This record gives sequence, C-alpha cells and structure tokens, in this order.
Amino acid sequence: MMLEVANLDAFYGEIQALFGVAFALDEGRVCTLLGANGAGKTTVLRALCGMVRTGGDIRFAGERITGWATEDIVRLGIAHVPEGRGTFLRVTVEENLQLGAMIRHDRAGIAADIEQVYTHFPRLRERRGQQAGTLSGGEQQMLAVGRGLMLRPRLMLLDEPSFGLAPLIIEELFGILRQVNREMGVAMLIVEQNATLALDLAEHAYLLETGHVVMDAPATVIGADESIRRSYLGY
Amino acid sequence: MELLLQQVMAGLANGAIYAGMALSVVMIFLAIDHLNFAQGEMATFSAYVAWQLIDWGIPYWVAFVAVVILSFAGGVAIERVLFKPLHKATIFSQLVAFIALFSILNSADGYIWDYTIKTFPTPFGTRPLFGSDLIDAHEAGMIVVTAVLLGFLYLFFRGTRLGLAMRAAAHNPESARLVGIRVGWMTALGWGIAAAIGGIAGMLIAPVVFLDPNMMFGVLLYGFAGAVMGGLTSPGGAVLGGFAVGVIENLAGTYIPYVGRDLKLTIALLVIVAVLMIRPAGVFGRSSVSRV
Repeated sequence: MMLEVANLDAFYGEIQALFGVAFALDEGRVCTLLGANGAGKTTVLRALCGMVRTGGDIRFAGERITGWATEDIVRLGIAHVPEGRGTFLRVTVEENLQLGAMIRHDRAGIAADIEQVYTHFPRLRERRGQQAGTLSGGEQQMLAVGRGLMLRPRLMLLDEPSFGLAPLIIEELFGILRQVNREMGVAMLIVEQNATLALDLAEHAYLLETGHVVMDAPATVIGADESIRRSYLGY
Repeated sequence: MELLLQQVMAGLANGAIYAGMALSVVMIFLAIDHLNFAQGEMATFSAYVAWQLIDWGIPYWVAFVAVVILSFAGGVAIERVLFKPLHKATIFSQLVAFIALFSILNSADGYIWDYTIKTFPTPFGTRPLFGSDLIDAHEAGMIVVTAVLLGFLYLFFRGTRLGLAMRAAAHNPESARLVGIRVGWMTALGWGIAAAIGGIAGMLIAPVVFLDPNMMFGVLLYGFAGAVMGGLTSPGGAVLGGFAVGVIENLAGTYIPYVGRDLKLTIALLVIVAVLMIRPAGVFGRSSVSRV
C-alpha cells in the first residue's frame, strides 16, 4: 500500500474533528471521501499534510509520517490542492508553476513540465505573465491543479476541485485529472461535494460522518445504492 | 537655477540616506508583513561594530564586508531567537518585542562604546566631485551604493528561485508550505537581508551624521516615510520615495518662505500624506488584486 491510514484523530484546538479514521490507497489508484459539510473530509486531507494536530498512524510508502512538518511531507511527492484554490495571487501564472516545482532541481525537467501543464490547460499559457489574482475561478483551479502536477507527485490530494466552477469547466478539469491518473499513474484522493463526479472518477469511496468513516465500498456499489445516496449524499 | 540645482543635489544626497533605510524597511516588510521599529538601532549597532573593527586597524573594505556578513548573521539570529517563538503571538506582543530590541541595542551601543559622538571614516573621500561644489564624493558614493543594492535585490527577487520562494512565503505561508518551502527560514533570511542592508546604510550614514547611539532615530523615520510613499511592497519605489523625501525636504526649506530648517521635514511629511490620500498603497506599491 502506498498510503495507509489507521486510527487517525485530528484536532482544531480542543475540538476533535476526526475519530479513528482508517483507509488505504494503492499506487496509481483513485479514491474519494464523501460526506456532508462538516463531516471531516477536508480535515482528512489537512491531517495527511500535517496542517492540523493529529494522532494515530499515517504511513506513506511504509514510512510513518504522522507529526511530520508539511514541508517534509510534500517532499515525499504528496501534492495538496487545497479548497479555495490556494494559488499565489500576487505572482504570475508561470511563477506559480515554478513554485510548484520548488523542491525539484532538474531545470530541464521543470521547463518540460511547465510546457506539459500548458498543453493540458492552454488558457494558462495565454495568461502566463498575468498575476494569478486576475484569473477567473476556473482558471485558478486549473492553475492550482497544474501547480500540484509540477511536484511530479505520487499522490494528489484534491479538495473540492469542482467547487464554484461552471459545468463545462468541471468536465474539462475532470477529464484532465483522469488523463493524469492514467498516463502518469498519479494516485488521487478526492474530496467532493459533487458525489456523481467523484464516484465517476474514483474506484473506491469512503463515507464520512461527523469525523468517522461509516462505510467504504467500490465506487460503483455506492453510486448504485439508492439508500446510501439518499442518506449520505443528498441526491 | 544654480541654487535650484544645488538644492536638488543636496536633497538627493540626503535622500540616499533615507533610501538606504527605506530599502531595509521594505525588505523586512516583505518578509514579515509589518515594520520593525528596531531597524534603525540594528543599523546603528552594525555601524558601531564597523567603527570598532576600523579602530583596531582593519582596512575599511575588509571591515565593510565583515560587517555585512555579521549583520546578516545577526538578523537571522534575532529572528530565530526572539521572533520565531513569537510568530503566532498578536501584533501587540511583537510590537513590545520590537521596542525591547530597540532599547537593548540602543543601550548596548552606549554601554560598549559610550555616548560620545564619534567620527566615522568614508571610503569615498569628501572632495567635491568633478570640481563642482554640487555634490561631494561621499554623497555620490552613497547614491551609487544604494543603486547597486537595489539592482542586487531586483535580480534576487525577480531572477532567482530563492527570491521567488521568499515572496511566496511572505504572501501565502500556508500554500508555500504545501509546495515545500521552509517558510520559517525564509522569514529568517528576510531578517538577515534587511539587517545587512541596514548595516550598509548605517556605515554610509555615519560619516554624515556622526556616530552616536541615536543617530538613526530621525533617519529611520524618514526611511519609513520614503518606504511608505514609494510603496512598502516595492524596493524600487522605496528607494525613489527616499530620494523624493530628501529632495522635497530641501526644496521646501529653500523656496517656501518661513519654512527654513525647522519646518522643512514637516513639509516633506505633508507631501507624503497627500500622496497616500491619493494612492494608499504608495506610488509604486501593489495592492493585491483579487477576484472573488
């Protein structure tokens, strides 16, 4: 297993947000965390990156990374694309991509990967010299994903990639995510409000409720089960 | 015309002093997003160390380089020891720490080197430049050094990965961590660079205003003013702001009746307030653009 999580607790100050969460993700696979607002989905991603106080056991490629600094976890090849974009608004599009490759030192490889991102997202090429803050919501989300790819990640953590985007742009973005997963073998852990989208991309799904994993099953099973859909996914 | 030119040149010479300090102020602002009120005292302390080294017979330029390196190390050390533990504290706690640092350094200057005013050597000499009395060699030297520093900073921030990482860490620390930037060290680096620039400014200012523990008090004020006028996020703007403060101050003192020596700085500050009312982010400052 590439990523193995067991007994994961997470805390915001005194308040416990996750209770003994457990899941696993294999190399090159895609899984999704589903659940209502406040179920703890975002917190799971933040816990994996050492951005909240955590207890329990997170193993990546066999190494226990619980309690590591974010900067060190990133160096293992884990790219977190946070909710609300998390791009650097005051620097240019191209500088954002360069920042994504900050831990790498292969000049030629970085340049080639920037080209690759521009191939995925031609609109970013048009706006390469523009301040990221002037991009539209969809362009910023593409930039955030592109920046994540610049790490040459083994695992991408995607937090609400579809949030606030128009349907056509969502389709485009998820198409590229699927392509990245297939062609580059990047594993993905996706948090989504839009369960249909996520279940379509993922192979396996975990259902979160008030900080607990209440169910996990193959994506197709969860997608087909009407009672689960009604009680947890709200559609 | 002769008088105007003379006053503008004298203003530029003073402005070079303010510009050097303004540059140091902008550096720390870029690193920690607010001002360091002990910046002037750090620069004064650096100048004292330089004085001591020169007094021991070490050649000027050797002492100069040594002080730049020591100031850089000192800035990093201050951040690591004093401000890293406080980085999550409120702005008021940090303010108190700045005041403490201010008075510790100020007293240390007096305690170690006593309070008598000392002369400080200039490496450029004080002969008039090009045989005219418009500007002397030291003043010209200050202007050149400020320009060179600005050039270095520009290349550093726009042209290097480390500079880009520093900007990113200052703007958005959380995202910076997510791309693997060690944000704490970037802050320390910002302190180091600011302290090194301050040290250079201190060494260049000391021959003009003479070395004493309070020599930077006024200079820092006008350095702040220049930095704010040019835009706290723009090193180039800060330098121009510093020069502008110097020139406006001098012209006001010469041409506006009743202003004279006593009120000319007031006039300069009034002009700055007027500029800020029109452009709150400073002439060259960038208020961040965002779309919601």
